Amino acid sequence: MRLTRYLPLGVALLAAAFLIVPAILSILAGITANYFRGLSSGLTLRWIFEVWELYAGSIFLSLWIALCCLVVTLLIGVPAAYWLARNPGRMARWLEEFVSLPLSIPGLALALALIQLYGSHLGFRTSWLFILTGHVLYTLPFMVRSVQAVWAGMDLTTLEESAASLGAGPWQRFRDIALPGALPGILAGALTVVTLSIGEFNLTWMLHTPYLKTLPVGLADAYASMRLEIASAYTLIFFVIIVPLLMAMQWASDRARRLTR
Amino acid sequence: MPLSQPSQVQRSVMSNQQFLTLCLLPLAVFSLAFLALPLVQLTLGAASSEEGWGIYLKILATPRYLATLGQTVVISLLVTVAALLISTTAGLYLSRTRFPGRGMLISILTLPLAFPGVVIGFLIILLGGRQGLVNQLMPGHVVFAYSSLGLFLGYLYFSIPRVLLTVMAAAEKLDPALEEAARTLGAGPLRVLGDVILPGLAPSLIAAGAIAFATAMGAFGTAFTLATNIDVLPMVIYTEFTLAANIAMASALSIVLGLVTWFLLLLARSYSGGTVAAGG
Repeated sequence: MRLTRYLPLGVALLAAAFLIVPAILSILAGITANYFRGLSSGLTLRWIFEVWELYAGSIFLSLWIALCCLVVTLLIGVPAAYWLARNPGRMARWLEEFVSLPLSIPGLALALALIQLYGSHLGFRTSWLFILTGHVLYTLPFMVRSVQAVWAGMDLTTLEESAASLGAGPWQRFRDIALPGALPGILAGALTVVTLSIGEFNLTWMLHTPYLKTLPVGLADAYASMRLEIASAYTLIFFVIIVPLLMAMQWASDRARRLTR
Repeated sequence: MPLSQPSQVQRSVMSNQQFLTLCLLPLAVFSLAFLALPLVQLTLGAASSEEGWGIYLKILATPRYLATLGQTVVISLLVTVAALLISTTAGLYLSRTRFPGRGMLISILTLPLAFPGVVIGFLIILLGGRQGLVNQLMPGHVVFAYSSLGLFLGYLYFSIPRVLLTVMAAAEKLDPALEEAARTLGAGPLRVLGDVILPGLAPSLIAAGAIAFATAMGAFGTAFTLATNIDVLPMVIYTEFTLAANIAMASALSIVLGLVTWFLLLLARSYSGGTVAAGG
């Protein structure tokens, strides 16, 4: 009886410790003067500043790509979700399945496919737009599904028909009826796109060039060639950017799901 | 006035169709250019060597590739089983018990969901590397980050949140009346768990297991950072492409890997809606 009560809590606590302890270690290592000697060597912001000097470009490139990725996924994904919501049926399911392929095919395979088709177009291959293409490919299904789920949950057809009977044209109905209703889904999708784009590595590692390193590519670089304190300080900066985004993303996704239910 | 109405409706139907087609156009163009055509090119690239389509037979005939496939499947299976055990136990408890700190615990267990694989690899190095926590606390020289244990723990790290989310979502949908009925009939807690709760969760557990397995199969970043001495499929694809410049083999292995993960996630979706893929 006691075992059945405390064993699950113990497992939950152990699992949480396994996830959080190394994250805390990386934060500590990033602000410790000499990690090998331990915390007694004193705390310092020196490593953070060094990371900033070395990798500020990577950090800004990632933020820029994430922003562009958001704009493109909004422009492509929201209208597409509208089409899917207005044309439910086999065709829409097939299309959604196809567009969602990047969710289930490893990024490495997608990157190889992109490189083989466009690798010889050097202007494109060596530009940041190539990385952006990969990010859009990978995040687009999240935007489409998030927005479409909201429209599928509300009675879009009836609303549209009443608006049409009052004389609203298709663009007006999209803008004034459908779009406002989808805002929770758009917000959740947008936060997911930005979070995933900033953290994307598997595709980006293959698509990047030595002159275009995103934040996670810089992280891999630091892990391989920098001292532990610098690698940790860089990870700390990454956490400061990504953790609030992750929390906002989970909040927005839960909210969108609650509203559609 | 009434006479003009039908034609007006007709016109609005026409422009309605046009508007909807216009909505789909950007997606159609993008997916064709950057998804459909590249995948066709990948398939053709796999058949571009001397072996042609026989390259898939070569995978089976080359011990190194076969061993890699086996190792990748074994480690992914082990991670899946471990993640299912841990996350089902923790998830069931967290979804039906209220206590102070519960929200915090759930946040800690689900937050790493979108951590990139490279970062997870580094966190494992901080646990089990040369300057790692375990090596500092334990007497002797305990370094496991670069072994198969390190890889296993890294994969477990990103699998726990995925499985936990699926289990908790499913546990909330279980009908509490069934459990009460079983208890009234005199079933003990283990009996209730085995006869009522787990069968109710089964579809979600299969889905969660398929997601965990597929993610582990395709994980690249974690293995890349750990630079493990055991070969896993994504690492072999990477080295075939970059070091050996064996584009045909890299493409063929990618196609095999992609088909496996795609099929598994299709299976997962058929058992429970929505997938939490990505990452690794």
